Amino acid sequence: MQVTSRREQRAERHPAIPGPEDISRHVLPNGLVVLIRENHVSPSVVIEGYLPVGSVHEPSSLAGLASFVASMLMRGTETRTFAQINEEIEAVGASLSFGSGRHSTGFSGQCLSEDLELLIDILADVLQHPVFPLEHVERVRGQRLTALQERENDTRQMAGLAFREMAYPEGHPYRLAMTGYPETIRAITREHLVDFYQRLYSPRGGAIAVVGAVDTARVVDLLASKLGRWQPAVEITANSVAPVPPPNEVRRKVIVMPGKSQTDLMLGAPGLARDNPDYHAAVLANTVLGVFGMMGRLGENVRERQGLAYYAYSALEVDKGPGPWVAIAGVAPANVDRAIASIEEEIARMGSELVPEEELADSQAFLTGSLPLRLETNDGVAGAILDMEWYELGLDYLQRYPQLIYSVTSEQIREVVARYLRPDAYALGIAGPEGE
Amino acid sequence: MITDGIVRTKLDNGLTVVLKPLVQSPVASLFLWYRVGSRNEVDGRTGISHWVEHMLFKGTEQFPPGEADRLVAREGGYCNAMTHLDWTAYFETLPADRFDLALRIEADRMTNSPFREEDVESERMVIISERQGYENDPEFLLSESLIAVAITVHPYRHETIGWPCDLQSITRDELYEHYRTYYAPNNANLVAVGGFDPDALLKRIEELFGPIPPGPEVPPVRAVEPPQRGERRVIVQGPGTTTYVEIAFHAPPAAHEDFFPFVVMDAVLDGARALGVFRSSPSSRSTRLYRALVETDLALEVSTSLLPTIDPYLYSCGATVRAGRRAEEVEAAILRELQRLAEEPVRAEELAKAIKQTQAEFVYGSESVTDQAYWLGFAETVVSPQWLDEYLDRVEAVTAADIQRVAQTYLKPHNRTVGWFVPERWNGGEV
Repeated sequence: MQVTSRREQRAERHPAIPGPEDISRHVLPNGLVVLIRENHVSPSVVIEGYLPVGSVHEPSSLAGLASFVASMLMRGTETRTFAQINEEIEAVGASLSFGSGRHSTGFSGQCLSEDLELLIDILADVLQHPVFPLEHVERVRGQRLTALQERENDTRQMAGLAFREMAYPEGHPYRLAMTGYPETIRAITREHLVDFYQRLYSPRGGAIAVVGAVDTARVVDLLASKLGRWQPAVEITANSVAPVPPPNEVRRKVIVMPGKSQTDLMLGAPGLARDNPDYHAAVLANTVLGVFGMMGRLGENVRERQGLAYYAYSALEVDKGPGPWVAIAGVAPANVDRAIASIEEEIARMGSELVPEEELADSQAFLTGSLPLRLETNDGVAGAILDMEWYELGLDYLQRYPQLIYSVTSEQIREVVARYLRPDAYALGIAGPEGE
Repeated sequence: MITDGIVRTKLDNGLTVVLKPLVQSPVASLFLWYRVGSRNEVDGRTGISHWVEHMLFKGTEQFPPGEADRLVAREGGYCNAMTHLDWTAYFETLPADRFDLALRIEADRMTNSPFREEDVESERMVIISERQGYENDPEFLLSESLIAVAITVHPYRHETIGWPCDLQSITRDELYEHYRTYYAPNNANLVAVGGFDPDALLKRIEELFGPIPPGPEVPPVRAVEPPQRGERRVIVQGPGTTTYVEIAFHAPPAAHEDFFPFVVMDAVLDGARALGVFRSSPSSRSTRLYRALVETDLALEVSTSLLPTIDPYLYSCGATVRAGRRAEEVEAAILRELQRLAEEPVRAEELAKAIKQTQAEFVYGSESVTDQAYWLGFAETVVSPQWLDEYLDRVEAVTAADIQRVAQTYLKPHNRTVGWFVPERWNGGEV
């Protein structure tokens, strides 16, 4: 433990906005991208990354497979048992975890700088040599089934599921829950897990970011020696999804959950993919609608003015495909209709009237001014670097970001809202007790 | 270390000021801590501290409604507030060159919040809605009842959100009186961490906060929880399909000599927890409770809670019972592990692991200025500045014998309250 002996390093220069000058990018011969940014403020380091495989690559009859595979990686390798992996990591106060998304599977770890080699060794081992022990397949299955049972009693999660069913057509991968359903989780066999891993897990198209008190050259050597011989899978995976037509009517699904106190609701539509030219206008529109200050116009109307809810906000989820763009609120059962009317009103206003100049300037200043705060921790920097790599934005993206945000106009915001969110045609998921 | 380079002073009006300059940091964080929380509430007014916190976001003459939030967001910052057992804290984190705004907002709302009648009524609905959201969660319902059964006399017996009857009936004048009683410089700690010049900042703090007169002496909290004289049990029923078990023991307060052995003992049971409210705890899958409950397919997850508090509070272990398993089995497995700690000393490597994890979390938790400001202010408000200074050394000094003694002292049957949440719509076997 070197907590005290490293004090003098705290005085070193503090990082500005990460860019090509101080992010070191390397491509290993097998295609794996390595991105490193040194930060010697604290004697710790984070290591995060992704592989381009996710729930869009699983058949709908096995929904939850990608996520199941990700949670099996640390359950045992050719040379380490589950208990050994946990013991080695936790003995030094480090952490490592995996999770899968729609298009990618991510990992995230943290340790004191002195333990980085150990963490990389384990990361490389679980990525390349997992053995999917049968005993753990059943254990994880049981845990997942219990978690799904808990989901059935969670109003917020159930409103989200209902929304997806209304927003995305039959057969679209975004319609399904990434954690699957009881029947699909029961149907997954060990062979399914191994096959998914062998066909789709591959260094090609993947990336690892290391941020913290490290020496760049040493980290590159370490990663090359531990992960450089990992052979790419034969199968090349497409990572796109079909476009989704906007709703042309109100599509509403209500899940009644007797005995609950509050109703959760999610109202919106399929939004846009990250590479859509409308992206920055949509980010600004969403900030005005339900983020800025105390949750934007939605928070002002629903919470501050009417006292209808403890929370009301909007969220724009972007990915390789059109993630949902939604307004979310938790309200007393008696207030559901009033809350929906207020959300419709704010969507209508944004799609028909220009956002006043000062309000636009507020949101632009917020999005650009908050960069230093978002990039204050190693974790924040690693996430930003991986986003630039994953969406092919260029390592100078964060430096160009203010200009991109300031070039958005009120007209563009009105257009982008009108194009994606309509007050008279949307998907709506509601979960809660019976209305009063 | 987190406590290196601190400037600590007290203004004439009693405001304690703790400054930690990190000259080259591009951001800075301000926390204003008031020594008031649910600990200071009486029957009929539970939840009043949290409600007062909400009212301080309703604007003043200088910052009309929404204006403070707007200005902070406009500068790229964020702000919020938290109310807990012993304290209420307000914070802003901003780019360092815009830090003055945070000081102006906090100096203003320490005395100038109007508590308008219409805002009180609108916020009553918001807070009831907040509580209804919690009530949707079976684990909240269980925990709320468990605390109320385990603690009979001390105000810690109610949740910070308050009881529904009080949220229906508390008046504007009661809220305002609570505000005037506890929101004064002599009952507050101001903490700033980040990129500023400490001399210039202190001068500005004196300008803004110095003229605020001290308030009355705050009413003392006289309640002392009597010793528990036997196991208590509580069963909560509600909609659901999942069973939860939670077991609580009366635990030592933060300033007690047993607190640090308790921290390390807890790390042996459930792993070291993250320092600070803005980070989540790391996974802990090599711990005693994980092995005894999750690896044996009894529980989906298990987690413990140990809070540093002014007065003795509760140490609790909670578990989500796996589908098809029974609450009795999970309860017995938790109690077996606790019993084992009392019976045999922890192995040397287990102790070393718990200590290293706790130290590592301390390092991770001081990465951001917001986390640092939180911890400095927390220690100042709940315990003492020395507490944080000595944290690592006192963790390091914990021995296996200390842990065994603490387990024997606190984790005994007559000191515990056992709670089950039993779903009314049960489809996975017997309860």
